[in-house]
Amino acid sequence: MMQEFKTVEVTTDLLIIGPGMAGCGATVEAAHWAKQNNIKVTVVDKAAMERSGAVGMGLSAINQYQGTNTPPDYLSYVRQDLMGLCRDDLVMDISRHVNGTVHMFEGYGLPIWKDPDGNYVHEGRWQLMINGESYKAIVAEAAKNAVGIDNIIERVFVVRLLLDKNDKKRVAGAIGFSVRDPEIYVFKFKACIVSAGGAVHVFRPRSTGEGLGRAWYPPWNAGSSSYLTTTAGAEMTSQEVVFIPGRFKDGYGPVGAWFLLFKASATSATGFNYMAEGLAEGGELHNWPPYGKVKPIPTCLRNHLMMIEMYHKGDGPIFIHTDKAIAKLAEKAPDEKTYKKELKKLEAEAWEDFLDMTISQAVLWASKDVFPEEGPSEIMPSEPYFIGSHSGASGAWVSGPEDLQTPESKEVYFWGYNRMTTVKGLFTAGDGVGVSSHKFSSGSFTEGRIAGKAAVKFCVENPQMPEADSAEVDKFKEQLLLPLKHYEQHHKYTTLGTATKKYDMPVEEVNPYYITPKHAIFRLNKIMDEYVAGWGSQYNCSAVTLNIALDLLKLLKEDLTKLAARNLHELMRCWENVHRVQIAEAHTRHKLHREETRWPGYYYRSDFRKIDEDKWGKVFVNSVYDAEKDEFTMLTRPIIHLVDIKEVVGM
Amino acid sequence: MPSFVIEEKCDGCKGGDKTACMYICPNDLMVLDVDRMKAYNSEPDMCWECYNCVKICPTQAIEVRGYADFTPLGASVQPMRGTADIMWTVKFRGGTIKRFKFPIRTTPEGSATPDGGYSVGPGTLNDQLLFTEPASLKEDKLWTLGD
Ligand SMILES: Cc1cc2nc3c(=O)[nH]c(=O)nc-3n(C[C@H](O)[C@H](O)[C@H](O)COP(=O)(O)OP(=O)(O)OC[C@H]3O[C@@H](n4cnc5c(N)ncnc54)[C@H](O)[C@@H]3O)c2cc1C
Ligand code: SF4
Ligand code: SF4
Repeated sequence: MMQEFKTVEVTTDLLIIGPGMAGCGATVEAAHWAKQNNIKVTVVDKAAMERSGAVGMGLSAINQYQGTNTPPDYLSYVRQDLMGLCRDDLVMDISRHVNGTVHMFEGYGLPIWKDPDGNYVHEGRWQLMINGESYKAIVAEAAKNAVGIDNIIERVFVVRLLLDKNDKKRVAGAIGFSVRDPEIYVFKFKACIVSAGGAVHVFRPRSTGEGLGRAWYPPWNAGSSSYLTTTAGAEMTSQEVVFIPGRFKDGYGPVGAWFLLFKASATSATGFNYMAEGLAEGGELHNWPPYGKVKPIPTCLRNHLMMIEMYHKGDGPIFIHTDKAIAKLAEKAPDEKTYKKELKKLEAEAWEDFLDMTISQAVLWASKDVFPEEGPSEIMPSEPYFIGSHSGASGAWVSGPEDLQTPESKEVYFWGYNRMTTVKGLFTAGDGVGVSSHKFSSGSFTEGRIAGKAAVKFCVENPQMPEADSAEVDKFKEQLLLPLKHYEQHHKYTTLGTATKKYDMPVEEVNPYYITPKHAIFRLNKIMDEYVAGWGSQYNCSAVTLNIALDLLKLLKEDLTKLAARNLHELMRCWENVHRVQIAEAHTRHKLHREETRWPGYYYRSDFRKIDEDKWGKVFVNSVYDAEKDEFTMLTRPIIHLVDIKEVVGM
Repeated sequence: MPSFVIEEKCDGCKGGDKTACMYICPNDLMVLDVDRMKAYNSEPDMCWECYNCVKICPTQAIEVRGYADFTPLGASVQPMRGTADIMWTVKFRGGTIKRFKFPIRTTPEGSATPDGGYSVGPGTLNDQLLFTEPASLKEDKLWTLGD
């Protein structure tokens, strides 16, 4: 028999959904202002805060630190990298605060590398090297100390937001369930910050057996930020802009230190230095003006050059010459002894880069007896991910800060509260915010702080508790448990599923009445890979393929109402896939709307092969979803420049 | 399977209702079979090999065998995480062994104060200053347009 579910009601002022980097920043900042204003802050996580989110494994670098550079300097770099697509106000807002965040991290106890003079060691202009094994644990500790253990709820998966009964443009609550006990959680609040990360496993990963989980992006972020904000009616932006990292093949170990710190080069199989040649006069990059003509080469264009070698010329794989880089660095040593010492130091730094953030890559190198000082390694573009905090741009359309506006931009970019979406009381940060790219771990924490302060201000100025519609709550409660019910009702029809032990059942199950979460993910992955420009279609799509995808997604959405779960863990997997399919559809519609190829190397519209600066260079593609009608409305918003960039400041 | 539990070494965290590995796994993969009092990875193909369960297990019962799709057998990468540093032993398939030790934090566990040691500034809810600014910026003011 299906378990009885208890309802746990949590009433608070501000709910922070997803204490990853952004959510921890929000917690630290909100706790301070909340105390002064008698506001209650509660935090909810699907996992354990100590290691949840993308930084759970650790990181080996802080990718955003301004040092003495100015916000317009950073903006020049971000605008260039995203082929012109960013909100100046959001990017410069983070940039002006981020140094403070990094200094605080150091105060918390994060080891940041220092040179003999006591200055931070830079990996590149904006990046600092750290010993970041415990990065998330340390940051979460500060957040826990700020808000108090009693205000943190772990292992509760948030499924959906609730709107105010009397004002459908105002958020009033959220609903979720515990993955440990049969409990439905109903949260009621004045404001919330959705910081539930980006999305992975929307597209088919390159490894689909046991290695399915080895995506570059962590398998536990399933597009909840996007789902929660979209289905609440928030306007979304740039859902077409995915991120595809080029990393060490299979393990997805980081290449940043190799390229920036060790100055390694990459070539095609026959030794073609595609980046240098692409930049040279008459090279491929000049086909992508104005961005291709200047350094640093945007991330998508670096991918593009790689893809030309691999897919168009068939001159793959791509090699990164780790051996040559190490030899060149060590060769500067004056004698044999310092040479050996230097080599050992470099070797330890190279391994730490993996061990602090992508241990799989260390396992893979050890398993294949790879020694980076002895020969080159393959690098490879991954499948597309949604990570607006990195070199992608997908997320919600939010209000910016009041002071970083011109009269013109203020009309379009500002509506009262910094980082509030178009739904009242609904804030977001980190991967949740669109066109505010390149914030990474430190910038996401910073953006969380900005949202945290603004959300407390909102609670103070809007003291009236909104009212969630109880009929709607009941409806969602029932929907939420449907997968368990489906299983209960139908599992006896076929011969599997009679095992008495809760977790010892076979993974695969054939039943005509339902699909399992695994079936849903594989179906989604196949649609996206083949029709929406995954690696299987060599990152190509067109109006024809995108429309086929939309038809197939519609059928998949219908079948999602027949998902089945055997336990709470699988119930979470079911809802994760519902979240994924939403961002998949939004992404497909955005790609269809933007009739150009702006980010070659992220995706190609084969029916519009060129960048169209005149038509699409001055607008963001946005969308609004009507959950009741299941309808998207597409629109554009202007790109307004707040400062003139004379020269791009590089990496 | 990516992370796996060595049966002999796992004591089910001595019968507590929350085992260390179940507590920490960001993807909710570790499960305790209460009949045997042994934990196991319930969904190896959703494992990120993040090693959080490996690092936290009090009896060193958890190790990682690289994803079968592309990782040949025979190597191992095993950490020992202390309060201030972590020691890694990397055993290659061909027998080479490398050891690395890296710091993990500079302050005692539990001591991180939210302000990071910076004083509270003059900001109010109506301006742009975050609560530790301008001190944490190490500047005397916050940048704005026109500066
Ligand atoms: C492989 C990789 C390497 C990276 N390397 C670097 C680097 O070297 N330097 C750097 O600065 N940055 C790096 N980044 C970027 C950085 O990790 C992200 O920018 C940052 O983590 C984004 O923060 P976030 O808070 O938006 O998301 P996350 O930190 O991912 O947090 C998401 C949170 O939401 C929770 N959550 C998700 N769904 C739900 C739900 N439905 N209900 C409740 N809770 C939920 C999660 O458990 C988690 O707590 C890297 C990222 C990746 C993936
Ligand atoms: S943490 Fe270790 S000892 Fe405890 S249940 Fe898990 S595997 Fe067993
Ligand atoms: S390695 Fe990470 S993802 Fe895999 S089971 Fe352990 S904690 Fe979970």
